[in-house]
Amino acid sequence: MESPQLIPHLFRNEYSRITAVLSKTFGFENITVAEDIASETFLAAMVSWPYKGIPENPTAWLYTVAKNKSKNHLKHRQILDEKIKVDLGYISTLVQEEEIDLSEKNITDSQLQMLFAICHPSIPAEAQISLALRILCGFGIDEIADAFLSNKETVTKRIYRAKEKLRNEKTKIVFPPKEEIDNRLGTVLRTIYLLFSEGYYSVRKDTVIRKELCLEAMKLNLLLLKNEQTNCHLSNALMSLMCFHSSRIEARQDENGELILYDEQDELLWDQELIEKGNYYLQKAAEWKVTSKYFLEASIAYWHTIKEDRGEKWESILQLYNYLLQIEYSATAALNRTFALSKARTKNEALNEAKKLKLEKSHFYFLLLAELYNENDKTQVKPNLEKALSLAKTSAEKKVIQRKINALNS
Amino acid sequence: MKEFALIFRHENMTGKVSPEQMQQWMKQHMDWVGSIAAQNKFVSGTGLLFDDAKVVHHDKLVTNGPFGEIKETLSGFIVVKAENAGEAAEFAKGSPILGGEGNTVEVRELITH
Repeated sequence: MESPQLIPHLFRNEYSRITAVLSKTFGFENITVAEDIASETFLAAMVSWPYKGIPENPTAWLYTVAKNKSKNHLKHRQILDEKIKVDLGYISTLVQEEEIDLSEKNITDSQLQMLFAICHPSIPAEAQISLALRILCGFGIDEIADAFLSNKETVTKRIYRAKEKLRNEKTKIVFPPKEEIDNRLGTVLRTIYLLFSEGYYSVRKDTVIRKELCLEAMKLNLLLLKNEQTNCHLSNALMSLMCFHSSRIEARQDENGELILYDEQDELLWDQELIEKGNYYLQKAAEWKVTSKYFLEASIAYWHTIKEDRGEKWESILQLYNYLLQIEYSATAALNRTFALSKARTKNEALNEAKKLKLEKSHFYFLLLAELYNENDKTQVKPNLEKALSLAKTSAEKKVIQRKINALNS
Repeated sequence: MKEFALIFRHENMTGKVSPEQMQQWMKQHMDWVGSIAAQNKFVSGTGLLFDDAKVVHHDKLVTNGPFGEIKETLSGFIVVKAENAGEAAEFAKGSPILGGEGNTVEVRELITH
């Protein structure tokens, strides 16, 4: 008989599921107990499976062990509680044994509720992301520090403080009241998107970690889509956006970690399956007949999955940026709008618009100017590239700009 | 052919190692044991559970866990067949437990006759 194979990341995925259910059962104030029980469960597997073989159903095995450990914990706690009560003169009452419900429904509900608990407005965004990575994605402290290019002490402190804060706030692992879900959902989605961006825009060379961060963000978003109350326009729009973006993750960096610009990307490296998923969620999001920042960004990303410059492509992108900028200004959107303008209309028209942007701190701004001057005043190209070079922050970007300058000289 | 116990000693792991690392170690450990077994040199082995572990001290005092004042813990051992301790030590070198700083694999011959 073939021995069962371990699925990749089994422990990491189950860590999140077990911790979420146990924290919900024991209360957020006992989250450390829940985390310990999850770790001890894997430890038990580690000293047993190599000799007894991997069980037929590893997940069920882990759940049984986690349940038993939880029951033991509750029993100890009860004995302790009762002893204190008797000492204090209370009549001892049998606390009903709490049932540890590790059904699929309770697991996903608990994870989702945990997501809402963690994305609490009272704690800073980077702490929310660290907590989400720790508790909901099962990352170790080293792995989080590594992902943030930070050190272990900083991450440990950040997580400790955030847990303290949530304990003090008496955070409950429950769904927020219906009328509050929409409010809180904004924070939850922002945290998910930040987690995704951490992976997608990271300058690190290690693409494995970058992809994992993106994937974890998408998994969290999927939790929202599985639940009726949070399967809404915004959550579908963000999912679509992340699918489109991550479809290009292979294509946007070469093996040396250098950025490859959109125009130079090999579209065969674009992941068609993710593009199709992006389309699917974009259509879903459209069913609500509303629009939003995520939806517009996803729509823009959709047009970018079509490589050739078809007639309506850049005009559509331009209009989407026009709209997006009205909802929320960002320098990036302003620059991209101007670039789209140059494609949809003329470089001259775009140049006039670009001069109005006055984003003199951004290297992208000067890159754009260099690109637009290329048509009617070539003497302006090099000085603008040089300004861009002096402002660029990452070595990957500097290399790209330097290449452009070199190309001018040759 | 003699028999040797390879005994795994390491630092207390709980809380220090991520679930992903645990799974990786476990898989490497299984591959390592599998490779010894494939050479027909594996005799037996077992892990040692951490739950309910006790330490009985010379004054009959019983304390919980091998943790605390004892820095190292045992997580298990395997018994292998080898011509001599040197060959057994070569097997031990492949153990993924050695990936952790401060961890050791002790090689001890069994009395088989």
